[in-house]
Amino acid sequence: MTMPLDLSTSLVESLAHTRLRDCYQCGKCSAGCPAAERMDLLPNQLIRLVQLGRVEKALRAEAIWECVSCMTCTSRCPKAVDCAGVLDALRQLAAQHGLVPASQHRTLVFQQAFLDNIRRNGRLAELELVGHFKTKAFLGDLNLPLLMKDAFLAPKLLKRGKLHLLPGKVKDRAVVERIFQRCQEPTNGVP
Amino acid sequence: MEIGYYPGCALHGSSADYEMSVRACLGALGVSLRELDDWICCGATAAHCLNHKLAVALPARNLALAERDGLKDLLAPCPMCSMELLKADRAMARDPALRRKMAEIVELPIAGKTRVCNLIQVLYEVGLQRIAEQAQVRLETFKPACYYGCLLTRPADVLRFDDAEQPRSMENLLTALGAQPVDWNYRTECCGAGMTMANETTVLELSHKILSNAAAHGANCLVVACPMCHVNLDMKQADIERRFGMAHGMMVYYLSDLVGLALGLDQATLGINRHFVVRK
Ligand code: SF4
Ligand code: SF4
Repeated sequence: MTMPLDLSTSLVESLAHTRLRDCYQCGKCSAGCPAAERMDLLPNQLIRLVQLGRVEKALRAEAIWECVSCMTCTSRCPKAVDCAGVLDALRQLAAQHGLVPASQHRTLVFQQAFLDNIRRNGRLAELELVGHFKTKAFLGDLNLPLLMKDAFLAPKLLKRGKLHLLPGKVKDRAVVERIFQRCQEPTNGVP
Repeated sequence: MEIGYYPGCALHGSSADYEMSVRACLGALGVSLRELDDWICCGATAAHCLNHKLAVALPARNLALAERDGLKDLLAPCPMCSMELLKADRAMARDPALRRKMAEIVELPIAGKTRVCNLIQVLYEVGLQRIAEQAQVRLETFKPACYYGCLLTRPADVLRFDDAEQPRSMENLLTALGAQPVDWNYRTECCGAGMTMANETTVLELSHKILSNAAAHGANCLVVACPMCHVNLDMKQADIERRFGMAHGMMVYYLSDLVGLALGLDQATLGINRHFVVRK
């Protein structure tokens, strides 16, 4: 069952805790964005779409998954619009509503595997994350090179004391689980 | 001096060399670190991308633990961790209802009394003069390109540290120790941060530009204060060289490595021999 989409400008504003109306489209956010050349829509264009109520188009953009969350846009905005925060809100909504373009699923899969990992362990177990991420990404698009790619890295990391086969776990993992439960968002068609 | 210490996942994993370096360097300066008991992951990029509540709750739990244990200062040597902790702190300071809600979620009160700081701030608190006086080796052969990357200084109103566009704190510190930092253009351009696995192509492209620009301006090494910068520029350097068909051979030091060397510590103590790119 899919719920009708209720995607308004104010929903994005409330998730991002910023006033999108303040943006006057100067383009400074996009000018300094290191990911701009890989984006189908620039950060200021995404903001414009949301201002105009065309949220779904923004949610389907590849651009929001090309963003590397460097905070340059937010830092430089002359109108104090938290542009990086807006992209966070768009990513969260796109994931919740199953609107992530297939070409960007890998990034989503990674972020989800990361959260699952800290939910289980309290802290990141890197080896486990790599395993889960690669398996899921492999099952998604059968990308064998990706599956094998870092296989030769593990011994090099071990030799340098940079890989822990049994990473330290949090003692009170039950509280971590309760925190996750209390922060659960309703989902709708997550892939 | 004893301060609270939030290592974060990276320093207890693939950036174990950074933890060695920070501990050794600060230890030599008389700063001991008390690790936050039972700290949890700050949530990093994954939490703020997918769940805005979790992005506040996970750091909030750590801030609450620090308060419970009476830690007034909390060093988070990873800029991603320190930014997430500071962002959560600010969000709760602005919104008392959010603070109450978070206290319920994380099962501990959070008064907002913890001061989160990065490695550079701790070194400045020790004082440039004191560090210079204690130094035993002049860093004369080092021409570092000081690389701040994204989250050490941004967003400025959250971090309130150095200048977001033209930071100089690393250059000033290393100059005081005899090094000759170079002027270059990519000091605050992002390397791709935590996207190393999720979006490797972007990381390799951005990091290649950083390494190339540093070399073009005469740097003989890079200096960073971030575990993710180190992974992307050091560990991935061989991948970058393969992809772009050219050799960089650029040593990448943590700031605490160079300060540590100046203080007379050896490479092994600082974990420098564990880096991927080593001097031939
Ligand atoms: S920098 Fe700010 S005001 Fe200018 S286009 Fe971007 S969000 Fe809008
Ligand atoms: S946070 Fe994202 S959108 Fe903003 S400048 Fe960085 S990469 Fe671009």
